[in-house]
This record gives sequence, structure tokens and C-alpha cells, in this order.
Amino acid sequence: MIRSELIQKIAEENPHLYQRDVERIVNTIFEEIIEALARGDRVELRGFGAFSVKKRDARIGRNPRTGESVQVEEKHVPFFKTGKLLRDRLNGHEE
Amino acid sequence: MGNSTLTRQDLAEAVFREVGLSRNESAQLVESVLQHISDALVRGETVKISSFGTFTVRQKGQRIGRNPKTGVEVPISPRRVLSFRPSHLMKERVAEGNRGR
Repeated sequence: MIRSELIQKIAEENPHLYQRDVERIVNTIFEEIIEALARGDRVELRGFGAFSVKKRDARIGRNPRTGESVQVEEKHVPFFKTGKLLRDRLNGHEE
Repeated sequence: MGNSTLTRQDLAEAVFREVGLSRNESAQLVESVLQHISDALVRGETVKISSFGTFTVRQKGQRIGRNPKTGVEVPISPRRVLSFRPSHLMKERVAEGNRGR
């Protein structure tokens, strides 16, 4: 499923909404999650999962082609942990 | 900033501000977006949201685990796990926003 198919499904379920509003709604949700993570906040969606930011320490990396050592700066990366309900549903345990 | 946690309610509030539906309907729409993503994943589909990221279901085979407390070996049954790979854009914005933090 891709973004446009998700928008399509929500639009079909909500015939009273304009397609462009459904697009804005769906885009707002994803945008809000990215903005929260960019501020260093967590987004916890019970049953679905939680988005958070993990810090990766600076390290000495290696260019795999030349074998040369390079300094890799400390950085922050997005992380997602699946919620219990979704994890259970993936394994056939419907509530 | 930097240590608070957002929930469904905050996402619903953002939808409410952005589109001007009622708070109740905004909350229902957030719920139905999460529900559609979950349902697709449960069907085994990959969910790819451009400029956000990709959720993929991976099948894991049986392996032998160990109870860390007792040291007893136990088989871990085959299972499906979800992995999320953030888009390049999300990684960039998260790295940029948290630089030096």
C-alpha cells in the first residue's frame, strides 16, 4: 500500500469530505510525526507503535572501498518500535 | 521541547487545526489512518509512505533462545515482525533537528 492508496481508502469511507481535505489530513499526520522527532520528542501510538529518536555516538568508520579510516560524527536517527497489539495481530492473535 | 511525548490526541489536534473538522471527527480520522496501515501489514503488505518511510513485514524462522535468568534453552517459534525504514527525508530532518543535542 502506498500513500495515495491510503488516501483513497480514507476518502471512500468519508464521502462527505473533499479528496483534497483527505490528502491534507493524511499528510498532516505524517508531517506532525516527523516534526515531533525533529524536535527530539517521541510519538507514542498505543497498539500501533512508538516513534522515537536514538543517538548514535561518533565513531571511526572505514571506507569499504579504500579501507581508509574516516571520522563519523555523532548523529540522531528515527526509530520505530511495534506496539503489542499490532505485533500480536501480525502473528494471528486477534483480540 | 525535546523530551515530551505526543499521542493520538496531539495528532488529532493537528488535524483539527489544519482542516477544521470537529475534534471528534479529527480523532476518528487519525484512528482510521492507523487502522488501515495496520490492516495492510497484517495482510502481509508493505506500506510505503513517500517522504515518510516504509513499513515491511518480515518472516522470521524458528531459532533457539535462552531464558536469561535460568539459562534454559527454549525454542522461539517462527513469527512475523514489523520493521520500519525511515525515508531519506525523515532521516535528514531528524538528524538536522537534533544536531548537537
